[in-house]
Amino acid sequence: MVSLARFLKKIVSGMFKSKKEVKLGFYGPPNAGKTSLANRICKDFTGEEIGSVSKIPHETREVQFKEKVEIKYKGKSLTFKIVDTPGIATKIDYEEFLHYRMKKGDAKKRAKEATQGVIEAIKWLDDMDVVVVVLDATENPYNQVNITIIGNLAARKIPVLIVANKMDLRKADIKKIEAAFPEYKTLGISAKSGKNLEDFYEEIFKLVKKL
Amino acid sequence: MAKHRTIGKIKGFSIHFLPYSEIKDLSGNERIRKILNVVLGNSILVLQGKLRDEEEARLIGDTMAMIDHLKGFKGIELAVISGNENQGFFSKMKSGFANALAGGDLGAITIIGPATIVKEIKRNPKKIELLLTG
Repeated sequence: MVSLARFLKKIVSGMFKSKKEVKLGFYGPPNAGKTSLANRICKDFTGEEIGSVSKIPHETREVQFKEKVEIKYKGKSLTFKIVDTPGIATKIDYEEFLHYRMKKGDAKKRAKEATQGVIEAIKWLDDMDVVVVVLDATENPYNQVNITIIGNLAARKIPVLIVANKMDLRKADIKKIEAAFPEYKTLGISAKSGKNLEDFYEEIFKLVKKL
Repeated sequence: MAKHRTIGKIKGFSIHFLPYSEIKDLSGNERIRKILNVVLGNSILVLQGKLRDEEEARLIGDTMAMIDHLKGFKGIELAVISGNENQGFFSKMKSGFANALAGGDLGAITIIGPATIVKEIKRNPKKIELLLTG
């Protein structure tokens, strides 16, 4: 059913390909650096950021967009709709936010919004053209959320790039991510320092060619 | 010297084994309902086989909706270990054919527990380690 819907969408979008923006989604677990990376891209090409970042998990609790982002790379140019999604998790406990000195009422509100954000992020999976799965390179990649996201993208035949973020940190280990997802290209970057951003754009342009 | 570990005050949970035949003929919605019923009953579910990718995503979505509606429910811990990981192309094709005949990946094991009981499931390709809340 999903494949049929996607097939029809492909035919329709193919008819308008020259005018269309490519929907580029950022998916991953909470606090992996999805918004930091989306911010860097948006700032580079539009001068504006897409959303706020925080050390407290679930800072992004609504899907946020930046339309008509024209990315220029080596003389080529493509226009994207950048879609930054809330981190996907299987559990959300408001008490976790209390450790960040948040008031109980605010923590409960944040938790409620975060659950809605996860539901919204999952719904948006069907609408993406290309997806960047952002993983924290200092964390164990064998997390079922990562596997579920990538499995769902594969089932929908959506081109995927895995980004191992936070490569500026000493604990970062891209090899673990490469071993966990050997069928996908994994690119090590640092959204914070901008390391390997040029390679990132190159990989994104390669993915768009697959559409 | 190895750190001495004790089990704290864990009470009121059971481990529920579910053979794949129990969910094989159910629809996606029915499978998820069955799984969540077990987990909401404070049981850790050990399921033979695995859900389809879209069912796993729906399970996460339904879990989030339940956190909002059920007091004390904080979500789930979920892990799947599959015998098909890191196989070569021909082995994957062979097991894919066998799975199609069996109606699912029977070599996989899915573990799902309520987050109030299962603190973390540590996973690597060959092992699943359950850390329970003390």
